[in-house]
Amino acid sequence: MVNILDRKKTAAQIVAGARNQEKMSAYDLINGIFDDFFELHGDRLSGDDAAIVGGIAMLADKAVTVIATNKGESAQERMLTHFGCPQPSGYRKSLRLIKQAEKFGRPVFIFVNTAGAYPGKSAEENGQGEALANNLLEISGVKVPVITVIYGEGGSGGALALACGDAVWMVENSMYSVLSPEGFAAILWKDSKRADEAAEVMQLTPEKLLAQNVIEGIIPESHSHKRVCRAIRKTMEQELGRLSTLSTEELLAKRYERFRKF
Amino acid sequence: MQLFNELKTLGQQHIKADKKAGERVPSGLWIACPKCHQSLYHKDLGIYQVCPNCEYGFRITARERISWLVDDFSELDADMCTTDPLHFPDYKKKLEKARVNTKLNDSILTAIATIQDKKFGLGIMDPNFIMGSMGSVTGEKITRLFEKATSEKLPVVLFTASGGARMQEGIFSLMQMAKISAAIKRHSDEGLFYLTILTDPTTGGVTASFAMQGDLILSEPRVLIGFAGKRVIEQTIHQKVPNNLQDAETVLEHGFIDAIVQRRELKKKIAWLLNIHEKGDS
Ligand SMILES: [Zn+2]
Repeated sequence: MVNILDRKKTAAQIVAGARNQEKMSAYDLINGIFDDFFELHGDRLSGDDAAIVGGIAMLADKAVTVIATNKGESAQERMLTHFGCPQPSGYRKSLRLIKQAEKFGRPVFIFVNTAGAYPGKSAEENGQGEALANNLLEISGVKVPVITVIYGEGGSGGALALACGDAVWMVENSMYSVLSPEGFAAILWKDSKRADEAAEVMQLTPEKLLAQNVIEGIIPESHSHKRVCRAIRKTMEQELGRLSTLSTEELLAKRYERFRKF
Repeated sequence: MQLFNELKTLGQQHIKADKKAGERVPSGLWIACPKCHQSLYHKDLGIYQVCPNCEYGFRITARERISWLVDDFSELDADMCTTDPLHFPDYKKKLEKARVNTKLNDSILTAIATIQDKKFGLGIMDPNFIMGSMGSVTGEKITRLFEKATSEKLPVVLFTASGGARMQEGIFSLMQMAKISAAIKRHSDEGLFYLTILTDPTTGGVTASFAMQGDLILSEPRVLIGFAGKRVIEQTIHQKVPNNLQDAETVLEHGFIDAIVQRRELKKKIAWLLNIHEKGDS
C-alpha cells in the first residue's frame, strides 16, 4: 500500500496512488464539496450512463453545474460504470449539462477519475469518437467558466474531453496521460511489464505536468476525505473568483491560448 | 512551451501538382487486396491505387494523393520539426526515416490548394509517417491551417489517416486534440465550410477530434474507422468482435459518416461541395 502522505514519490507510486481504492467516490466528492446536489440524468438521445454523474449544486450562494466521472463502489456499480469508463451517452450527457449551464450562466465544475473512454463494441457502434470530438469542439466555445479537477486517473481522450476548459487542477495522487503506462510500454516496447519505467518517461505526474503548464496547480491530499474536499473547495472558489472577473471574450481568448501554446 | 523548431530544409514552396507521381509504383508485382484478398497485378491498381474488385483505396503517401487531387497548391509549414519533448529514445531516428520515406516533415501535408479555381485549405495525413500518428507538429500544422483559412475566409478539406496520438510525445500529443478542436470551432463560427474525408485507417485521437468535426464527413470505401483498437475492444468485453465492426460501411449504417465516395470520384465531389458552400462575399 502506498502511503499517500509520502512527499517524495516515484511516478509509479503516483500511478498506484491515483488508482488507490481509498479514493473518494464521485458522490462523496460532490457532496463533500457542494451543497444541495440535485442529480440530473440522461443524454436525451439514448440513455443514462452511470459512469458520468451530473447535476446542479450550490457553491456558497451560487448555483453551479457539477459533473463527475464515477467508478462506482459495489461490484455491481463497477460493472454498470465499466469501472468509470464513460460511454458515448455519458459524454453526450455531460455536454448537455454544460450547454444547460451556459444557457443559465452557471459555472461548470468537472471531476475526472477515469482510465479513459469505454473501449467496448457498443461504444464504437454508438460513436465514441464522435461523442468525444463533439465535446472538444463545443466546450471550446462555452461562455461560462469550465474548471476541472483530476482526482485519480486522467486517461487519454476520455479525460481530455472533460478537461478542455479554463483550468485543470490535479490532486497530489493523480495522473494524466495519453495512455496508461501499461499500454504505453506495450506499444512502444512490446512489454507491458515495463509500466513503471513508462510512467517515469511519460511525465504523467502532477509535478511534471505543472512544470509543463499542462495544469494550473496541485491540490494536497490527506487521509481525511473531509480535508481533501475542503482543499478542493477552496481552490474552486479561488479559480471561479479569478475567472469571473473576465469578460466572455477574455474568457474564451484565454481558453484558446491555454491549448494554443502546445 | 515551444514544441517545435523550424527545420530549414525545404522552405515554403509553390509546386505544380505532379501528375506522374501516382504512377511511380513498383511494376510487375502481384499483391493481395487487404480487404477482399483478391490477388491483383500492381498495375491494375492504376493511378488511384484502388482495388478493382472491391474499390478499397490502398494506403498512399500524401504526396501521391496530392498529385492527382488538386490543380495547384502552395505548401505550408514544411520546415517545422518536433523538439522531442519527452527525449524519447530513438524517436529522432524514427522521424528521420519517416521523413525520407514520405518526403514530409511530419504526418500531415498542409497547403493552400485549388481545384477548378476554387481556393481552399488542404490537409492530407500520411499513413506512412509513423502510422499517421498525431504529434505536436501535426497538430501545429493543422491549427495553423485552420487559423489561416479563418482569416482568409477559406473552406478546409482534410484527409485523415492515423493510428492515433503519437505516443513518443506523451501528453503533448494529447493536447493537440484540444488545440485543433478550438481552431476548428473558430473557423466554424465564421460560417466557413469544413469537409473531412476519412481514409484508411482513421482511429484513436484523430477520430475523437478533427475527423469527426467536419460539417460533412466522407469516407473512402472499406476504410477502417474507429476509436479503440480491435484488440483492446476484445480484451475489454472478453468477446470476439465482427471483422466489419469498424468498416466505413458499418460506421455509415450507424449514422456517423455522411457518405462513402470512391477515390476516383473525390476530386469532382470536392469541387462540387466547395462550389455549393461558397460564401457570398468571397
Ligand atoms: Zn479488394
